[in-house]
Amino acid sequence: MKHILKIVAQRIALGFLTLFAISLIITFGVELLPGDLAQSILGQAATPDAVRVFRIELGLDRPAHLRYLDWLGGMATGDMGVSLANKRQISELVGIRLSNTLFLGGFAALIAIPLALALGILAALYRNSLFDRSINLVTVTSISFPEFFIAYVLILFFAVNLGWFPGISNVSTELSLGDKLYRTLLPAATLTLVCVAHMMRMTRASIINLLSSPYIEMARLKGIKPMRIIMRHALPNALAPIVNVIALNLAYLVVGVVIVEVVFVYPGLGQLLVDSVSKRDVPVVQACSMIFALVYISLNLFADIISIVTNPRLLYPR
Amino acid sequence: MNNIIKILLSAPFSAKVGMIIITFYLIVAIFAPLIAPYGEYYLATPIAYEVWSSDYPLGTDNLGRDMLSRLIYGARNTLGLALTITVLAFLLGGILGMTAAALGGWVDQILSRVNDVFMAIPSLIFALLILSIFGTTIPYLIGTIVILDATRVFRIARATAMNVAVMDYVEVARLRGEKLGWVIRKEILPNIAAPLLAEFGLRFCFVFLFLSALSFLGLGIQPPTADWGSMVRESAALIAFGDITPLIPAAAIALLTVAVNFVVDWMLHRSSGLKDVS
Amino acid sequence: MLVDMKDNSGSESEPLLQMKGLRIEGLSENGWQEIVCGIDLELKRGEIIGLIGESGAGKSTIGLAAMGYARDGCRITEGDIIFDGIELRTASEEEKRKLRGTRISYVAQSAAAAFNPAHRLLDQYVEGPVAHGLLSPDRAKEKGRALYRSLDLPDPENIGERWPHQVSGGQLQRMMVAMAMSCEPDLIIFDEPTTALDVTTQIEVLKTIKEIVVDRNVAAIYVTHDLAVVAQMADHLMVLRHGKLVEVNSTGQILKSPQQEYTRNLLDARSRDEKTPSQIPNPQTLLSIDSVTAGYGKGPDILQDISILVERGQTVAVVGESGSGKSTLARVITGLLPTRSGAVSLEGELLPAELRKRGKQQLQKIQMIYQLPDVALNPRQRVRDIIGRPLSFYLGLQGKQREQRIFELLQQIELPESFIDRIPDELSGGEKQRVCIARALAAEPELIICDEVTSALDSIVAKAILNLLQRLQNELGLTYLFISHDLDTVASIADQVVVLYAGRIAEQGPKSAVFQPPFHPYTRLLLSSVPEMRQGWLEETLSSRETQAGIAREVKITEQGCPFVERCPVSIDDICAHSRPPIHTTTASGHTFACQHSAEALLEDSK
Repeated sequence: MKHILKIVAQRIALGFLTLFAISLIITFGVELLPGDLAQSILGQAATPDAVRVFRIELGLDRPAHLRYLDWLGGMATGDMGVSLANKRQISELVGIRLSNTLFLGGFAALIAIPLALALGILAALYRNSLFDRSINLVTVTSISFPEFFIAYVLILFFAVNLGWFPGISNVSTELSLGDKLYRTLLPAATLTLVCVAHMMRMTRASIINLLSSPYIEMARLKGIKPMRIIMRHALPNALAPIVNVIALNLAYLVVGVVIVEVVFVYPGLGQLLVDSVSKRDVPVVQACSMIFALVYISLNLFADIISIVTNPRLLYPR
Repeated sequence: MNNIIKILLSAPFSAKVGMIIITFYLIVAIFAPLIAPYGEYYLATPIAYEVWSSDYPLGTDNLGRDMLSRLIYGARNTLGLALTITVLAFLLGGILGMTAAALGGWVDQILSRVNDVFMAIPSLIFALLILSIFGTTIPYLIGTIVILDATRVFRIARATAMNVAVMDYVEVARLRGEKLGWVIRKEILPNIAAPLLAEFGLRFCFVFLFLSALSFLGLGIQPPTADWGSMVRESAALIAFGDITPLIPAAAIALLTVAVNFVVDWMLHRSSGLKDVS
Repeated sequence: MLVDMKDNSGSESEPLLQMKGLRIEGLSENGWQEIVCGIDLELKRGEIIGLIGESGAGKSTIGLAAMGYARDGCRITEGDIIFDGIELRTASEEEKRKLRGTRISYVAQSAAAAFNPAHRLLDQYVEGPVAHGLLSPDRAKEKGRALYRSLDLPDPENIGERWPHQVSGGQLQRMMVAMAMSCEPDLIIFDEPTTALDVTTQIEVLKTIKEIVVDRNVAAIYVTHDLAVVAQMADHLMVLRHGKLVEVNSTGQILKSPQQEYTRNLLDARSRDEKTPSQIPNPQTLLSIDSVTAGYGKGPDILQDISILVERGQTVAVVGESGSGKSTLARVITGLLPTRSGAVSLEGELLPAELRKRGKQQLQKIQMIYQLPDVALNPRQRVRDIIGRPLSFYLGLQGKQREQRIFELLQQIELPESFIDRIPDELSGGEKQRVCIARALAAEPELIICDEVTSALDSIVAKAILNLLQRLQNELGLTYLFISHDLDTVASIADQVVVLYAGRIAEQGPKSAVFQPPFHPYTRLLLSSVPEMRQGWLEETLSSRETQAGIAREVKITEQGCPFVERCPVSIDDICAHSRPPIHTTTASGHTFACQHSAEALLEDSK
């Protein structure tokens, strides 16, 4: 047990180290700019006075390492600084949007994960059957589509032609859960389509890989029923790869949400990020990036830990 | 040569369709000026969003430029940029990955750890961050995506090269006293060429979709250059009126990536041998 | 009563298993091809039949077909498989499923792969009887523990609670044999159950199989490439080649008077024909290994204090089981693994410990030949490039000269000139190994290290490779360092023998001295563990003192004392476990061994 705690602790430490490295890249990326940020944003035409004032506003007059420490401390305590564009507290901007994004991602995940696992297992079981081949064709096609293409096709059919769902998903806190779900159905469906294809293909591949192993043949030769072979012999060993697939796709959901939010004008973090990038509102971009990176890394870390604690080789060392 | 033709002919139907589509795109991209009815930036009419007609087969865009011509030039711009980025990413990631695998030891450790950190950053977020700092100019765009993509190439190149590097024939070459370059070029590369080629197709799709996504967000290839992602963005408003024009450049993107994926699927199936057949 | 019993066990003359005109096809690159071409087989209750053949003989496929099972990429196309009156070819999947595990069970080659890593061993034992509704889980567990006990497995009450990765290879294999017995079947299929094991471990598994099959009167099909092994068990032998029957007869008849040429070749290939040591007038030291200690990373010393002298023109064989450090020794000599202490010198010149500090000429003088020719040749290079590269790299040969030399080398390894344009995929295993030899020769080396060069080959091919190596040595005066776990191979090629155990030299000297009394206790165990081509050998060996003390134990690397102490039948309490054994010399020149006992005492003991 001590052994496994040590490995888990190492993974967590590695996760923190990665986050630290990312925070360095996020803050010191600014330093790589030829000239400096103030000059670059205001353009060559700006008066030296204007640039100087702006530089103080950005805090560029202070040494880089102090700025970094302040920023990191602020992030840790929830004070993310002030937006350049509208001078509002970033934490205010982020708060509600983050929960909206997580809502959309969670909604999509709830549909996508069971669907993908079921399809993946079925395709693996009936490998090379008509079902497998056709679903393979469909998934290859759908992972090849840009998200905005799927989104617009859905809008065209379900919002414009049929008028069943709204083409713009403006949600607010006053809405009931049912309304919220109704309005987010199209963006969630878009995300689901893209991510089911990925997840299903990966699930199928890992199960097929497993079914060819000698211990599965042994189970067959022991006269075990096919369903029991899947449940007892294949699934426990497939757990780690499947959890990995899920985590990877959840991470993808959180990040892939950016484009879908833009298409559906959904008030999420991705929208804010894209707006801020075009306005070059660097502090907001930095805060959003850090939040996305945190979610992304935590999900991957979670998958790693699951696969460690379910591995008997690590649980019960020789 | 005969061999290659034989292999191509043995491809399944979907892969053949894929190859034909890719060839078609390449021809359009290369001969764009000869095919397009109007110039890339030519303001054909003062009327924005003109409907489909014999003069303008797909109508005009928000500035009154011919959609079809823009679409044809877009093939050139987007494809060219995506190819450039993928090739650069393969050179960078591939060489580093194979070197890490061939040398092993601390070189491998350092390269892999640095790569892990880069891979832990969600790529779209990373790209947006860099673009917000440096502004949306093509060289920074290329540099950013090349680095992001190279990390993925590094991982697969290192993993496949690792499988080869443990082979006795590589040890034979090292014991003979061969230089690192020779070992990589003659012993490792020929044996991982097939999976790397398939990966090239996948990475190309990814880059292509990524570039289109950035352009769609208004952060990629900047106007007035014709580009499919930005064309969707510029005409997106039409969707609300049931007009499918904005879907055409999007479909152009989708069709190409589907075609590449069909070919890649077949190549992966081939390189994995008969394992999946029963 | 008598009549009743007869009814219960079926008619005595009625065969338990009958295969008639069995044909099986396998999917290859060229479509479906026949891999089993019309085989008949009959097996009575309690009878054991051995299926013998080299790779590609179709023996495993036939074994599985006896369960009505064909692997992915195989299909049974013709013939009858009748098990106790049930036609398995027409039986439904459900009917076959009910037979499998209960009445016919299977033992695979690698237990490490065939046990599910996600479940405890006893749970996997219990699964069969419980899933088939024969026993309650508790009762099945109880029976499992009882079986473990009767098979002398260590800690039988608790070993079942362990996970597959926590048990050693030999024990795991025995537990799989036990698992096959869990439903008390009528027939067990053994598919090369000892092939991947060391000789001493092999004996431990053979003992278990014998206890299960022979003593409990279960019928068995024993699939193997090793005649000597199956001769210990089988009543009848079927010799197979390319999916066809060569001959079938009682084991005694096959061993005594084989009817077919091919069977005779198989028997010959296993017979030990001793090489008479070459006499060299002025012995000259080529390679000297001096007190070398080495290990990987921060791990323990895999090699401890190794000193070996190799004389020019001689063959020095290094023998030992897996984990003895013999392959590590090759890595140290070639510089792949730098020594921790000690020195390696060639022709009196000290070799730098690290590979990259060695000069081109130093590298040229030592060449390697590997165990697996499949991975020793780059599949993307033609024979021309493979053999030609050392010629241009070391000797600067180009164009016509190089081509000429490649042809000469091909001639030396007995391959036609047309092979120059082939890629490895177009060569058989033996031909690949010949190309590897040619590549080593091309460098014109002083020393060739042969690392298990015949272990992966079929016995007839292996014998041809050994003959080739011997002929090349006679003609070119080559020096070999020959690493092997196979004492027969060593006996047929070596002049000098070094016996390694747990990273230390147990005994070394001229072959005649090492393989004759006085024996080091470990050498004696090894010699007694090599299967002999006669019936009754297994019983004799199992009853010997060496085997009883030495099998079913793992090799342990120790910091102090004699590493062999736990397996030694003559170990001395207190002394052997704590103090390093002294090195004794005998009257034979260069013969030394490490033991607390003197040569005289061991000689006395050998009698």
